[in-house]
Amino acid sequence: MVDTSTETEMVAERRPPDLRRGLLGWLHTNLFNTPLNGVVTLVTLALLAMVLWPALQWAVFQADWLGDSREACSGEGACWVFISARFESIIYGFYPEAQRWRVNLVFLLMAVLVAWLVIPRLPAKRWVGLFALVGFPVLAFFLLVGGSFGLEHVPTRDWGGLMLTLTIATVGIVGSLPIGVVLALGRRSQMPLVRGFCVVFIEFWRGVPLITVLFMASVMLPLFVPTQVEFDKLLRALVGIMFFWSAYMAEVVRGGLQAIPSGQEEAAKAMGMGYWQRMGLIVLPQSLKLVIPGIVNTFIALFKDTSLVLIIGLFDLLAIIRAGLTDSDWLGFATEGYVFAALMFWVFCFSMSRYSQHIERRLHTGH
Amino acid sequence: MNEATAAQADSPMIEIAGLNKWYGDFHVLRDIDLTVARGERIVICGPSGSGKSTLIRCINHLEEHQEGRIVVNGVPMTRDVKRIEQIRRNVGMVFQHFNLFPHLSVLDNCCISQTWVQKKPRAEAERTAREILERVQIADQALKYPGQLSGGQQQRVAIARALCMQPEVMLFDEPTSALDPEMIKEVLDVMVELARDGMTMLCVTHEMGFAKTVADRVIFMDQGQIIEQAPPETFFNHPKSERTQLFLSQILGH
Amino acid sequence: MLRSSSRERGPLWRDPAFRALLVQGILLLALGAFIAMVVSNTMANLEARGITTGFGFLQDRAGFSIPQTLIEYSGDSTYARTFVVGLLNTLLVSAMGIVAATLIGFAVGIARLSPNWLLARLATAYVEIFRNIPLLVQILFWYFAVLQALPSPRDSHSLLEVVFLNVRGVVLPDPQPLAGFAATPWALLVAVIATWWMVRFARRRQAKTGRPLPVFKLGTLLLIGLPLATFLVTGMPLEWSIPELKGFNFQGGVTVLPELMALWLALSIYTASFIAEIVRSGIQSVPQGQVEAAKALSLPGGIILRKVVIPQAMRVIVPQLTSQHLNLIKNSSLATAIGYPDLVAVFSGTALNVTGQAIEIVVMTMAVYLLINLVVSALMNLYNARTLLKER
Repeated sequence: MVDTSTETEMVAERRPPDLRRGLLGWLHTNLFNTPLNGVVTLVTLALLAMVLWPALQWAVFQADWLGDSREACSGEGACWVFISARFESIIYGFYPEAQRWRVNLVFLLMAVLVAWLVIPRLPAKRWVGLFALVGFPVLAFFLLVGGSFGLEHVPTRDWGGLMLTLTIATVGIVGSLPIGVVLALGRRSQMPLVRGFCVVFIEFWRGVPLITVLFMASVMLPLFVPTQVEFDKLLRALVGIMFFWSAYMAEVVRGGLQAIPSGQEEAAKAMGMGYWQRMGLIVLPQSLKLVIPGIVNTFIALFKDTSLVLIIGLFDLLAIIRAGLTDSDWLGFATEGYVFAALMFWVFCFSMSRYSQHIERRLHTGH
Repeated sequence: MNEATAAQADSPMIEIAGLNKWYGDFHVLRDIDLTVARGERIVICGPSGSGKSTLIRCINHLEEHQEGRIVVNGVPMTRDVKRIEQIRRNVGMVFQHFNLFPHLSVLDNCCISQTWVQKKPRAEAERTAREILERVQIADQALKYPGQLSGGQQQRVAIARALCMQPEVMLFDEPTSALDPEMIKEVLDVMVELARDGMTMLCVTHEMGFAKTVADRVIFMDQGQIIEQAPPETFFNHPKSERTQLFLSQILGH
Repeated sequence: MLRSSSRERGPLWRDPAFRALLVQGILLLALGAFIAMVVSNTMANLEARGITTGFGFLQDRAGFSIPQTLIEYSGDSTYARTFVVGLLNTLLVSAMGIVAATLIGFAVGIARLSPNWLLARLATAYVEIFRNIPLLVQILFWYFAVLQALPSPRDSHSLLEVVFLNVRGVVLPDPQPLAGFAATPWALLVAVIATWWMVRFARRRQAKTGRPLPVFKLGTLLLIGLPLATFLVTGMPLEWSIPELKGFNFQGGVTVLPELMALWLALSIYTASFIAEIVRSGIQSVPQGQVEAAKALSLPGGIILRKVVIPQAMRVIVPQLTSQHLNLIKNSSLATAIGYPDLVAVFSGTALNVTGQAIEIVVMTMAVYLLINLVVSALMNLYNARTLLKER
C-alpha cells in the first residue's frame, strides 16, 4: 500500500507567519481578534478614560499638597493638606508626644520581624516566628503600656490611629492562632464531649456578625465579671475579636490537618509517640506550613475588620480620620479622608494578599 | 482490509498537505504531508515533544494550524464552526486521561452526543450505547459513574463514547500511557478488535506490540516532522534513519 | 469501655479510655463552673443596677421612630415590633445586596477569563481594589463622600425629570395599581407554571423524538410576553406617582434612603469582588480536557457550556457562593455605622440603649443570625450530598 520508507531531510525551523508577532500582532490577538472584542476594547477604553482621567486630575494634578491649614486648599482638586495636618494623630492617636519613641520602636521591631519572616534567604525562621508570636507581643505590651521599667504609664484610651489598628491586628492574630489550633485539634478529637464543645464554639462565632460580638464584648462582658473588676474597653474588644477569629482560624487549620495523609500519624504512632508528640512534632508542623496562605488570608480579613472597633468608640485608623472630618475647621473633606483611609488599608492588605499568593504558588510547585 | 472499504480506497480518508504549526515562536509541526486511506491503521511514535499528539489534535481542530491543508472525508478544514463540527462528527477521539464527564453516568456519557448532535430519541440512543458498551465488554457498568470505575474500564468507556457517534476515523492520543500495566491489555484488546472491524485508526502510542500486530504503517516523528514511515516489518527490522534506530533501541532496549 | 480481662491492664491512669473519660469530665466541670460563675456575677450585677431580666420588655411601648419601615410602625409600637421592623430592613438590604453582588460577581469573574486583555485586566483590577479595602471604609465613603455630597432637593440631579437624586436619597416614581391591575400578576403566575410545564414537555419530547425545543427562547417569550400582553389588554391599569418638588422637598414618588443606597452599593461591590474570584476559580476548576472531549464529540459550544462546563463549575461555585451570601447578610449589620435602621442598629443599638436589657437583646440579635446561618448551612449540606461526585 504505502511505498518503501524514505528518509526525509530535516526541515529547518521557521518563524511563524507575521500575523501573530510584534506590537500589531499582540494588539490583534489580545484586543481586536474578533469584531465583538474590538467593540469591547473600545468601550472599555472609553470608560477608563471617563473615570481615570478626572480621578487623576482630582487626586494628583489639581490637588493641593503643601500647607498647614485650610487656607492652603484651592478647592479645585483634592486637598491633601487635610491629611498632612493630621498625619501625627493618624499614626499615633492621642499617644503623648514625648513618649512616641516607644511606638516607633515597636513599629521598627515589627518591620524587622516581618521582613525577616518574608525574605526567604534569612535563616532561623522557626525561632524568629516563635519570637514574633510570643516574645514580641510581651515586649510590645511593656513598651506601649508602660508603668514599669521606669516607663510612664500610657492608658489605652490615649491609643489610636495606625498604632491602635496594628495593635488590634497583632493581638488578634497572636491570640486567635493558638486558640484556633486547639479548637481544630478538638474538633477532630475522638472524645464526643470535646468534639461537641469545639463544634458548637466554632459554629457559634462563625454564625454571628463581628459587630454583635463587639456589642456583646462592650455591654455584656462587664456583667459577667464581679462588679469590682474594671475591664478596659480596648481589652474587652480584644477578647471579642480573639474569640471571633479563633473560630475562623480553627477551620483553616482543620483544612490543613485533613490534608495530611493518615499514614503520617500512623508512622508516628508506630514509633511510639504519644498524642501531643504526634501532633506537635509531626502533624501540626506539616499542616501549619500547608495553610500559611489560609492563615494570611484570615489575617487580611481580621486586619480589615479591625476598623469595626469604630462602632464601639475606639479610635483606630479609620475612626481617627472620621473624627478629623467632624472638626469644624475641616468640614467637607470626607472624600480626601476616606480615600486616604482606603489607600492605607489597601496597601497593607494588598501586599499581604500578594505574599499569600506567592506562598501558595511556591507550595504548589514545591512538590 | 475488507471489501467495502477497499472499494472506496481511492478517495483518502484524511489528507494533510504542507501543515505547519507554531506555539508562539515555537515551530511544533513542520511541513507535514500525510495521506490516510480508508480502513488504514497508522501508528505514530516518536520522542516526547516531537509533535505527534499535536498532529492528530489538528485533525479534529482541537489545535489550530497556521499553514497547510487538512481534508477529512472529503471536507476541507476551515475556521468555519459549522464545518469544524461536521468534520468532528466523523472523527472520534480517545484521550490519554480519558476525559470522561464525571457528573454523567457511563450511559449518559455515551448518549450525550447522540442526543445533542444526532438528535436521536432517548430510547434509540440508549440502545446504541448499550450495544457499543457490550462491544467493549463493559455493559454491566452502564449506570455507574466514571469515578467508580478503574482506569482500564474508564478508557474502554471513553472508546465506547467516541464510537457512539459512528465515526469514520478514530484518533487515539496515547490511550494506554496513563494506565497501570495490568490494565493496558484490556484497552489494547478493544483497539485490536476495532482494527479487525476495519475502522480507520490513527494511534499515537508507544505500544510497539500493538503496532506490529495491527498497523499498516508506522510513522516516526521527531522535532515536528515525519522522519520515517514504513510498514511495521520494514520499520522495526530495517529502520533507515539514525534517529529511528536510536529511538527504537531506547524503547525496545528494556 | 474498659479492656477485657483476658488482656493485661496497666495502671488505670495510663488507660486511654480512662484518660478520655477524665479529660471530658474535667472539661464538663470547668464549663459548669464557668457558667455558674458568669450567671451568679451577672445576677449580682443586674441587681446592683436595678435591671429586671426577662423578655417582658418586648411588650412595652418603644417610643422612638424609625426612618424606614416596611410594616406599619410608630412610636407607640412595642419593642417586639421594633425587632421585626429591624429584621425586615436587614432582610431587605441583604436581598438587594445578594442579587446585585451575584450579578456583578459573575460578570467580573467571567470577564477575568475573557480573551480580551484589557477587559481581563480591568476585572482583575476591580477584584484587587475592592476586596482589599475594608467594607466599613467603603460604606463610609459612599455615604459621606458621595451621597452626602449631593445637592439639596432644590438642586437635585434628575433623570428625564422622573427620577431625582439628592442629599436625601433617590426619589423614584411610585407605581399605583388601578382596578384591573391584579390580572397582570396572575398572568405572571400562569406564565411561570406554563414555562415549567413547557420545559417538562420539551424534555419528554426530546427523549421520544430526539428533536429539542428552543426552551430558552420559548420560556423568555412566555415569561415576558404573557404578563405584558395581559397588561396591555386590560388597558394598562397602572398610574405612576411622579415626584414633584414642592417647597423644600419632594411630594409623591417613593424615596430610597441614602443610608440604604450607600449600604447596598458598598455591600454589593465588596462582596462581588469575592464572588468574582469564586466564579473564576470555579470555571477554571473544570479541566481543559473536559471541553476538548466535548469538542471532539462535536457538541456545539452552547451545549458544551450547558451540559459539561456549568454543571461541573457550579458544584465548586455554589457552596462558596452561599457562604459569601451569608457573609453579606452578616456584614449588613455594619448599617449601624451610617444609621440605616437594620436589626443591629435599631434593636442592639437604640432599643438596647433605651431599655438596658443588654443580655436579652444581644442574645436575640445573635440568635437571628445563627438561625439564618443554620438554615442555609443545612440546605447547603443537602445540595452537597446531592451533587457529590460518585467515586470508588
